[in-house]
Amino acid sequence: MVLGKYVLFTILGCSLVTWFLRVTPFIILQHFHLPKLVLDYLNFVPIAIMAGLWIESLLIRQSGQLPAINWLNLGASIPAFLTVIISKNLLITVIVGVIGAGILQMAF
Amino acid sequence: MTSELTGKAGIKDALPTALGYISIAIAFGILGRTSGLDLLSVMLLSIFTYTGSAQFVIISMLATHSNIWSIVISTLLISSRMSLMSLTVAPYFNQTSLSRNLWLGSLLTDETFALSMNKLNYTEHKLSFSWLNAANLLAYLVWAAATLTGGLVGQLIKDPEQLGLSFALVAMFIGLMYLQLISDRLMGITRQLIIILVVAISFYFCLIYFSANIALLLTVIIGSSIGVVIERWY
Repeated sequence: MVLGKYVLFTILGCSLVTWFLRVTPFIILQHFHLPKLVLDYLNFVPIAIMAGLWIESLLIRQSGQLPAINWLNLGASIPAFLTVIISKNLLITVIVGVIGAGILQMAF
Repeated sequence: MTSELTGKAGIKDALPTALGYISIAIAFGILGRTSGLDLLSVMLLSIFTYTGSAQFVIISMLATHSNIWSIVISTLLISSRMSLMSLTVAPYFNQTSLSRNLWLGSLLTDETFALSMNKLNYTEHKLSFSWLNAANLLAYLVWAAATLTGGLVGQLIKDPEQLGLSFALVAMFIGLMYLQLISDRLMGITRQLIIILVVAISFYFCLIYFSANIALLLTVIIGSSIGVVIERWY
């Protein structure tokens, strides 16, 4: 498939949409101040997003049914957690996490 | 992570992210080529759309010749959480010029967002343009370079998901989540643990009815709302 009109317009449309989603809050907040309730709300967004992105990797979607557990990622999460608790260092955590996941993948 | 907000510190802090991006972007490059796209299209997606998981959805929908509108709307839904992240980061840059805000916003990702939120705990709740810009740029350049690599060597590597590399970003989020948990004294550990639990439970049930991306957006909204409720009334 070469870069025809179809692919080009799709890429263009998707790029505009994501850019719009990313920058509008920055534009709006230059002119308005958020009310206290919204600011309080946004305080909780980071921990919720980080937790959500982790949980997402532990579940396998089965449409219309309860999700299955991704045992490999759940198992690999254990050494990653232990590493960050001990080292408090992200880079070491990522390296140990990858090694842990690699070992689990080879073992099972 | 230190209290330094220089560009140099931004690069250092974003290294784990860059490492995580390599395998995913290589995988994207390979899948893009094997699904029938030319190298230019694959690169354009990484350079201009730059939206991680949605890029994978776009190539699979292109491969099945889906309607352009349905691809764009899917991208909108998958990436809608970006607005929530921008909304959270933007107040820290209200003294920064609009053009710089637009630039930072254009390159913000899940990972550089999470990194910024962690950084706040070390810098007395401040962020700087040079720090976030450096972190953003490193992530962006690595994403583009790794996509190119994947697109070029496409035929050589059969399964880039192998060897545990796909776990890199998950490990990073585990690290970021833990560091956030122990360092955000404002919120306290108990309250944050409750939010994590709420997110886990609601994600589990949301996945019955919604795709993972929509479930993520919903659970973040539910989790944060519960946080506010606890703060206000208990």
